[in-house]
Amino acid sequence: MTNKPERELIIIGAGPAGMTAAVYAARKQLDTLVLTKDIGGQALWSSDIENYLGFTFITGADLVRRFEEHVRSFAVSVEYAAVAKVSRNGDIFEVLTEDNRRFFSRALIVSSGKSPRMLGVPGEKEFAGRGVTYCATCDAPLFTGKNVAVVGGGNSGLDAAVQLMRICPRVYLIEVADRLRGDEAIQDRVRRAENVTILTGTTVKEIRGNNFVRSVVVQDIRTNEISELEVEGVFVEIGLSPNSGFVKELVKLNKWGEIPVDCGARTSIPGLFAAGDVTDVPQKQIICAAGDGAKAALGAYSYLVRVPVPTDWLKSQ
Amino acid sequence: MPARNIIVYSTPTCPYCIQVKEYLKSKNVPFTDYNVATDIQARNEMVQKSGQLGVPVIDVDGQIVVGFNRNKLDQLLS
Repeated sequence: MTNKPERELIIIGAGPAGMTAAVYAARKQLDTLVLTKDIGGQALWSSDIENYLGFTFITGADLVRRFEEHVRSFAVSVEYAAVAKVSRNGDIFEVLTEDNRRFFSRALIVSSGKSPRMLGVPGEKEFAGRGVTYCATCDAPLFTGKNVAVVGGGNSGLDAAVQLMRICPRVYLIEVADRLRGDEAIQDRVRRAENVTILTGTTVKEIRGNNFVRSVVVQDIRTNEISELEVEGVFVEIGLSPNSGFVKELVKLNKWGEIPVDCGARTSIPGLFAAGDVTDVPQKQIICAAGDGAKAALGAYSYLVRVPVPTDWLKSQ
Repeated sequence: MPARNIIVYSTPTCPYCIQVKEYLKSKNVPFTDYNVATDIQARNEMVQKSGQLGVPVIDVDGQIVVGFNRNKLDQLLS
């Protein structure tokens, strides 16, 4: 099925914000296309969700499945693609995908979320999927019986270390700051484990290997001493960065690369709305993202009603 | 649709693996699922076929897809 490229509204991203926006847009009968790499966004990675209203407990995968069912109950078009660039000609947005397809709309909601931040060291890209991983939940069991390194001493790094210390002979936990940053309770569990070596004040310089990772080179930032740890897995858990590169020439991003929005999910560009973790809204929560998605869709609806349709728009239909 | 030999290499905790299997079920496509968290032979087979260590890996009649790539799977299954 090919989706027609001209729409009233395009939503980029199908996490909680984008999917909620899609439901609101569908109920307003806006002709909407969702352009996304996947369904679920970061919500998919949550193993336990206990604060989304209506569910005392649900997994990320289950909540996402329900969101998707809800979206699919409406006639919403979904196209799987990564977005390369968004530009604006007059009142029309043009969305170029990485596979060089073009889509057009009168209003646009960016709800593209965040992606795992990369270390940016030699060997990282080369060994991605060959020992370097950004999804401990997915890949931890594949490293049973192997020595591994976890980079990042925040909660996600600690969670990864806890999963891995049960199945790996040695786990190195590497943190650049002089202390771990995650919750005290998890820190205690990691500290008590005999097979976890905590290396604070330490940075990763390089990831080495042949076909697969064989070692990670680290440096003690106090003494500058370099050492090489023999590991077959490197779990990178150093936070997330916003997927906003494709609008950076259109909107001024904040210093973290997030899209500034007002209380109505509006950006500085008329007709361009943003919602969820890609925005500067500080609360990175599923329920907040969903609420922001609703605001963005309602905002886009009012905008579309108010702004006249360009005379040469949709002549073909 | 012709009968196909489809293998999914997955771990129970990986959400993209869950999505791939739901996707295949929604298309009424039968498949064999190997849990590579515990099945070491299957894990080695997956590494050999895909040259990497991430899940999910989908083998559609010998064509290897790494990750839940819907466009690719749509194409291979059509």
